[in-house]
Amino acid sequence: MSSLNLDPTLVARARELAALAAQPVIDLAHRHTTVSVERAVLRLAGLTGTDPVTGEGRTEDRVPWVNRVVDAVRDQVGLESGVALPVWHALASGAAPDLQTLAEQVGAGTARFAVPDGVQAERAQEAASAAAAAGIARIDANRRRREELVALHGDPPRRPWIYLIVATGDIHEDIPQAQAAARAGADVIAVIRSTGQSLLDYVPEGATRTGYAGTYATQENFRLMRAALDDVSAELGRYVRLTNYASGLCMPEIAVLAGLERLDMMLNDAMYGILFRDINPKRTFVDQRFSRMVHARAGIIINTGEDNYLTTADAVDEAHTVTVSQLLNETLAKEAGLEDWQLGLGHAFEIQPDLPESFRLELAHALLARTLFPDAPLKWMPPTKHMTGDVFRGYLLDGFFNLAGALTGQGILLVGMMTEAVVTPWLSDRDLALRNVRYVLNAAGNLAEDFAPPPGGFIDRRAHTVLTEAVDLLGRIADHPEGLIQAIADGTFGITKRPIDGGKGLGGVVELGPDAYNPALELLEAKETSHA
Amino acid sequence: MPDGSIVRPYGDTTGDGMIQTSFTLPVPMGPKAEGAALQLATKMGIEPAMVVHSHAIDSGYTFFVVYGSVKHLVDLDEVHVEERAYPLLTSGEVNGAIKGRLHRELVVLGACIGTDAHTVGIDAILNVKGFAGEKGLEYYREMAVTNLGAQVTVPELVARARADRADAVLVSQVVTQKDAHLRNTRELAAAFREAMGESRPLLVVGGPRFDPAMAGVLGVDKVFGRGTTPGEVASYLIHALIPNEETAA
Repeated sequence: MSSLNLDPTLVARARELAALAAQPVIDLAHRHTTVSVERAVLRLAGLTGTDPVTGEGRTEDRVPWVNRVVDAVRDQVGLESGVALPVWHALASGAAPDLQTLAEQVGAGTARFAVPDGVQAERAQEAASAAAAAGIARIDANRRRREELVALHGDPPRRPWIYLIVATGDIHEDIPQAQAAARAGADVIAVIRSTGQSLLDYVPEGATRTGYAGTYATQENFRLMRAALDDVSAELGRYVRLTNYASGLCMPEIAVLAGLERLDMMLNDAMYGILFRDINPKRTFVDQRFSRMVHARAGIIINTGEDNYLTTADAVDEAHTVTVSQLLNETLAKEAGLEDWQLGLGHAFEIQPDLPESFRLELAHALLARTLFPDAPLKWMPPTKHMTGDVFRGYLLDGFFNLAGALTGQGILLVGMMTEAVVTPWLSDRDLALRNVRYVLNAAGNLAEDFAPPPGGFIDRRAHTVLTEAVDLLGRIADHPEGLIQAIADGTFGITKRPIDGGKGLGGVVELGPDAYNPALELLEAKETSHA
Repeated sequence: MPDGSIVRPYGDTTGDGMIQTSFTLPVPMGPKAEGAALQLATKMGIEPAMVVHSHAIDSGYTFFVVYGSVKHLVDLDEVHVEERAYPLLTSGEVNGAIKGRLHRELVVLGACIGTDAHTVGIDAILNVKGFAGEKGLEYYREMAVTNLGAQVTVPELVARARADRADAVLVSQVVTQKDAHLRNTRELAAAFREAMGESRPLLVVGGPRFDPAMAGVLGVDKVFGRGTTPGEVASYLIHALIPNEETAA
């Protein structure tokens, strides 16, 4: 495998600074909960369904029971202790025979919540822990099932894995398209979500057919697609992975649903929602930590969103921001229990193609990531910014992107479409794109063996420059009194300023009290001892 | 170059009419599929058509590349082009115009008013994420953008616009039940007129059911319809607020 000889002191310094910059974020996540984290606890405990009197006729607009219960607890006793104590206290006191019935009492307006203490609190904790453990056991069973299926059908025969997007808005159209894509060579299918789902503060339910430019992430849609890919995996003798998005306001709940329905990869970035969706930083950091702990347990590979920086900023001038974000994502992910093999750190082929030596610069950036994170399955994203509608030029550019991916040992290759920025991909666009990938991997898939950029050469020097700039920026972030949090408020990432108390979803963040109890967090934090 | 107003596509000889096209038919690959492709090409006016390439996609589809001479003629005298009233600018040009001609940040406020909770429209225009491959206005370095979100009342919006000295107020309206979008927009225009008169900010509304020709009737400066991109809005703001004297003259 090609790699660079990076200055080990500089690499160590980069990691130290990233850990320093991220520490205030971790502290903040420990001190808070969010409505979505609490709803995720109820989902783990098996609460499903929606309140039938809401939604004005469309099932996907109905308010889920988990939202109704968390809102009722919050109204009556606050969320400072978490939702588990009052809910399982109500159950243990005989108010309702089970969680589902209790939710219906909330719907009817008859449920009464109180925060227990003493023996009653212990009793509620035990019951809550047993309920959450049942959900986690299902996630564990899914992880084992994935391992069995991979052993049975096999992994893709080579790296990078080929990642294709499906997005019709209708799960019943997505399924045949996803199966066709798998038959044509896709190893990973991602179902893009409906426009705006990241800003919904609830997870819609049911099999949905009405998304805009994407399909709603729902538990039922997850289940249907995973089952369809299991069928096609058996047919092809190759385990086809499924991806969705744990981002936006419901990150923790989507992570739980992904674990419950055996999704294999999830988009999950520490800062994307803050910078690109104007979601409140506190909300994002708290939700992000919980969701990553669930992903860690589920054996899910996360994909981070660094490619997005390069679609807004210049890919040469701002190359170091990608490295900085990768290092921050790494440090936050590891704190949440994810292992190197689960870190699909993102980066992209977005340098202006008319720039002299643009391809060599791309190789330098890609090799820098490869060398910095030798055990992570890097996620390599295709050109989008400089795809102009000239589909012929776009096809050539995608060929160079594929070549760079093969040459620098990328782990997951998102297949570029020549019709990027023109139409959502047609059947033929996907087919041509896969032919492009197959040609390059077939013709040059092992070229990395012969590719060793000389020390002191253009690629080596460029990688060193980017790493040095990244260390400088990390130093400035770590110097901020609140590390990353203040750096984001000051607009350090060059995109926009995101103050700690601005953005969407702040209302759903709650500072934890001394008696706070979250059974899921407790069980997930015990992971190291049980799995090691 | 031919002299007259009649032209045909150019392959390598004037007047040869050559074009190439590609498409997929939901027909399994084989002689029948190829015949179907030729029939389609002929109906498109490509005569003679050559299927130069075909391959199967999945089991039920075939992809074709077709070359041939198209019999249609183009009469340049009959080509009429709708000119946009203002040029589309890149984000760099927008930033440059603000920096060079306004000498301060352009202050933009955005909101959904009334009971409308659908922020998809205003978010698409303002969020960095943007829409249709274009970044939202927050991405423009020289703009100070505040997105107030949903269910903002008109008095709140007026007060905020005054306090922030907003240059432009952007309002999106998705809900159209009983013409709520039109009623809300008239209320918005009246409130700004009453509170600020001539010094009111530029008022821009948008939504999927608006008719862009209605700006005058509704009392606002500009109405954007379905599919509007952030770049169009940014270009309009520059045109309306800080026109380039040379081109505006």
